[in-house]
Amino acid sequence: MTFPWLTVLGLLPLVGALVLALPLRRAARPVGLAFALLTFAVSVAVTVLYLGGTDLAVRQPWIRAFGAYWALGLDGMGLVMVLLTTFLVPVVMIAEWDVAGHGRWDAQGYFAMALALQGTALFTFLADDVLLFYVFFEATLIPMYFLIGGFGGARRRVAAVQFLMFNLIGGFILLASVIGLFATSASLGGTPSYLLADLAALPMPTELGRWLMIGFLIAFVVKAPMVPVHTWLPLAAEQATPGSSTMMVGILDKIATFAMIKFCIGLFPEASAWVAPVMIVLSLVSIIYGAAAAIASTNLLRLVSYTSVSHFGFMVLGIYVFTTQSINGSIFFMVNHGFSTAALFLAVGYLIKRRGSADINDFGGVEKVAPVLAGSVLLAVLSAISLPGMSTFVSEFLVIAGTWSRTPWVAAIAATGIILAATYGLRLYQRTMTGPVTESTQRHITTDLDGREKAVLVPVIGLMLLFGFLPGPVMAVTEPTAQAAMQRMQLTDPVAPAKGEK
Amino acid sequence: MTVEWRAIAPVLLVLIAAILGILAEAVVPRAQRFFAQVFLTVASIVVAGVLLVTNWRAGLGGPVAMGSMMLDAPTYFMWGALLVFGLISILVFAERELNGGVSAFAASAATVPGSRAEAEASAARLEHTEVFPLALFALGGMMVFPASADLITMFVALEVLSLPLYLMCGMARRRRLLSQEAALKYFLLGAFSSAFFLFGVALLYGYAGSFDLSAIATAVQNPTMGSGVLYAGMGLLAVGLLFKVGVVPFHNWTPDVYMGAPTPVTGFMAICTKLAAVGATLRVFYVALSGERWSWQPLLAVLVVATMVVGAVWGLTQTDIKRTLAYSSIAHAGFIMTAVVGAYAGSPTSPLDSVGSALFYLVVYGLASVGAFAVITMVRNASGEANAIASWSGLGRTSPLLAGIFALFMLSFTGIPLTAGFIGKWAVFAAAWRGGFEWLVIVAVLLSLVAAVFYLRIIVVMFFGEPVDGVVVGRASAFTWLPIAVAAIGVAVLGVFPGPVLDLATAASTFLR
Repeated sequence: MTFPWLTVLGLLPLVGALVLALPLRRAARPVGLAFALLTFAVSVAVTVLYLGGTDLAVRQPWIRAFGAYWALGLDGMGLVMVLLTTFLVPVVMIAEWDVAGHGRWDAQGYFAMALALQGTALFTFLADDVLLFYVFFEATLIPMYFLIGGFGGARRRVAAVQFLMFNLIGGFILLASVIGLFATSASLGGTPSYLLADLAALPMPTELGRWLMIGFLIAFVVKAPMVPVHTWLPLAAEQATPGSSTMMVGILDKIATFAMIKFCIGLFPEASAWVAPVMIVLSLVSIIYGAAAAIASTNLLRLVSYTSVSHFGFMVLGIYVFTTQSINGSIFFMVNHGFSTAALFLAVGYLIKRRGSADINDFGGVEKVAPVLAGSVLLAVLSAISLPGMSTFVSEFLVIAGTWSRTPWVAAIAATGIILAATYGLRLYQRTMTGPVTESTQRHITTDLDGREKAVLVPVIGLMLLFGFLPGPVMAVTEPTAQAAMQRMQLTDPVAPAKGEK
Repeated sequence: MTVEWRAIAPVLLVLIAAILGILAEAVVPRAQRFFAQVFLTVASIVVAGVLLVTNWRAGLGGPVAMGSMMLDAPTYFMWGALLVFGLISILVFAERELNGGVSAFAASAATVPGSRAEAEASAARLEHTEVFPLALFALGGMMVFPASADLITMFVALEVLSLPLYLMCGMARRRRLLSQEAALKYFLLGAFSSAFFLFGVALLYGYAGSFDLSAIATAVQNPTMGSGVLYAGMGLLAVGLLFKVGVVPFHNWTPDVYMGAPTPVTGFMAICTKLAAVGATLRVFYVALSGERWSWQPLLAVLVVATMVVGAVWGLTQTDIKRTLAYSSIAHAGFIMTAVVGAYAGSPTSPLDSVGSALFYLVVYGLASVGAFAVITMVRNASGEANAIASWSGLGRTSPLLAGIFALFMLSFTGIPLTAGFIGKWAVFAAAWRGGFEWLVIVAVLLSLVAAVFYLRIIVVMFFGEPVDGVVVGRASAFTWLPIAVAAIGVAVLGVFPGPVLDLATAASTFLR
């Protein structure tokens, strides 16, 4: 039997989380970081193998009575999400090295939960079996819940409970659909099987397929999050530490858009086409509402989280207009948004840590006192508003271009999101960084970024810029996933009318 | 006239040990009584378990004891589960370290609370060791109850299991008035429901001319008289059974009894009674009344919805942890019954049916229950157990291991994946769905969510609250830790590798008629 790379990849952080349950005291943080770095190394090895054409898929019967398999596999989209996850977690660990716990909830607990989150999230990106995916999809909630509830602002408990309740609503509704899939598979296919490939081959009745798909979609819409079920996100992001928010928005919420492509389109192509108009409207609402709410926010962390609501709107739009270009743009956006939000949350977090307040009005003239910090925030903001040269620009452009080829008016509305983005982005920078140095800035912001803080931001921002200028390699990896999704939908890209035709 | 002594040896052994226990009360000196009783109890259950396994491997089965009991695959599974859960929950009875060297049971249950006699008994450090034979009697009754092949045996078993439970509920060492009130309530309501049961038995006898479940099934298939008597009998019989399961509207005793009874007894009742009652319900409805499933399925479905609503919604408003778990047990009775309502018989390629999934659910629910109640006995303040949820605040900081284990049980009750509870929920809901009750699954899923709120609230209080002064985690002996460890490991392992137990439950799901 070949070496089970994918199993090891996901189990490694979970083992790390268990190891951190031991009383390691001072050694805890280095050990935790070592596990995260080791996982990153394994993910790089997996990447090399995948690109070399090795078949990494694992398939073992898991629960025979349920038709569930321990089935892991990779495609282009899965690979980039795995890399994003394994890259962000060590970055977050370094950023949160001095995380202030409450009582026993010290850094050791934080690191353990971060590793648990990483392991469960990795398995959701790897699972080729619907039940296996569901199990880990739900399991990610528990470490995230403790990360929010154990570390952060004064109202963190409320935020944690709200986070969990919203996601459990989605999760339990998804459970009904997952059970329905089992029943369908058992009655239509004879032997029940949760394997994605087996389920996709079922002659799914139209009506039933739509109902089951709705269950899946509700879970993912809550998770993404999209307006109107986004309300848990701003509170959670405001109360959690910047590192937790990075993992929540950068990794956890991506599972939703990832799963829309892998499971909604993969299992229910007919129902996905049927629901597309609704999803397009919802994503437009999210784009505009998220941006508008970001403009109206005075709390920096809420502002950042609303920008994500807007960006998730773009990703979902890209998926549901069904062109190769836009779907690939969405996948690329998932990666870029991970870096972009990480940079924004972490840089703004450094700002807030110095000032002791997240209110946008408490700042002013920071660029004169802490130029490196200001520069980092600027780059992060420019990435959030998708300026050309930033990787987010490429993805947003692809989504809008793909949308334009399908329905120009939708693209036109989506494009207003970019203008609004410029407003909130520049407002954020202008209010906090420019202008005369206020008295409170003078008093509180006495230091610029130190070595460790730079070490956190440099790789993140570096990748943002790198992918902005060189999007090709990543896009080439994810292109097959987008093509497969189109094939599954039995759709072809709209052909632009040649000039002179008409 | 033959009695298959070997086949029914596990039950006989438990009942004989109970009788020996009563004798031991009379002859063994007080100093050695406690040890003797614990030894007798544990040894008899273990030996009964060994006998059960050898009988099962020898392939013994069919009608036994002159056709009054049916030794089929579900019986084997339920006996095995009852012996395992009986053993680990009775172990908690033997805990003496937590309570300053005495057990959790009244020094002298016959004394009036607050009287001089009570104070004297207490000062003399007397202990009631009768609780062990009582528990064995109850366990014996519980084993016969779901194995009964006729309604009279079933009624006798019902009484054998109920009467000791009524007594045990009134034997708490602390808060005795509450305990006695619980016992009285349980007794009155229980007696009432037994009367319903008996009346139902009489009507069904009138309808079928026999007490035999299989004869009733035949009569249902080939009716010789109008179905009015059948429906009335069926309804009254159901009242008696559903009372023990804890299905709304026959659930009213649960919160008071769970709260008032000594916590080890609550743990014992929570799973063993439920196991026996669900087992008997399955047998009556699937063997005797399966021909009438079209008439009982919709009715039962309505009751199941009401049960889940009451359990989940009322559970939200509770401030006492034992009461919360009582409402939780009502909600879980509803979840189990979704599979029963589905009445799905399985297919050759996917054999997981209603009976198998209900049995599996009982096992995973039992593990978390036994463990949770054992943990509850350990969290104490100066006046005994600290049962207010508020006093559990900050437990995650003062004793992270215990709080972590309790959180695991709560997550299992909630049905979060990677715990056994999730697999159980999946199984019963899948059975209901395949039985054609898709809507019931959706309702059940939404109500699971409501129930999740109170489980998670306990976790919030434990982990994110400030510790309360005066609340400590008592130093317990292995009698408490062993059940907790078994339950925690069981919940975790069955959450990841449910296969063997699930296959066992699936294989044990066909009733002989």
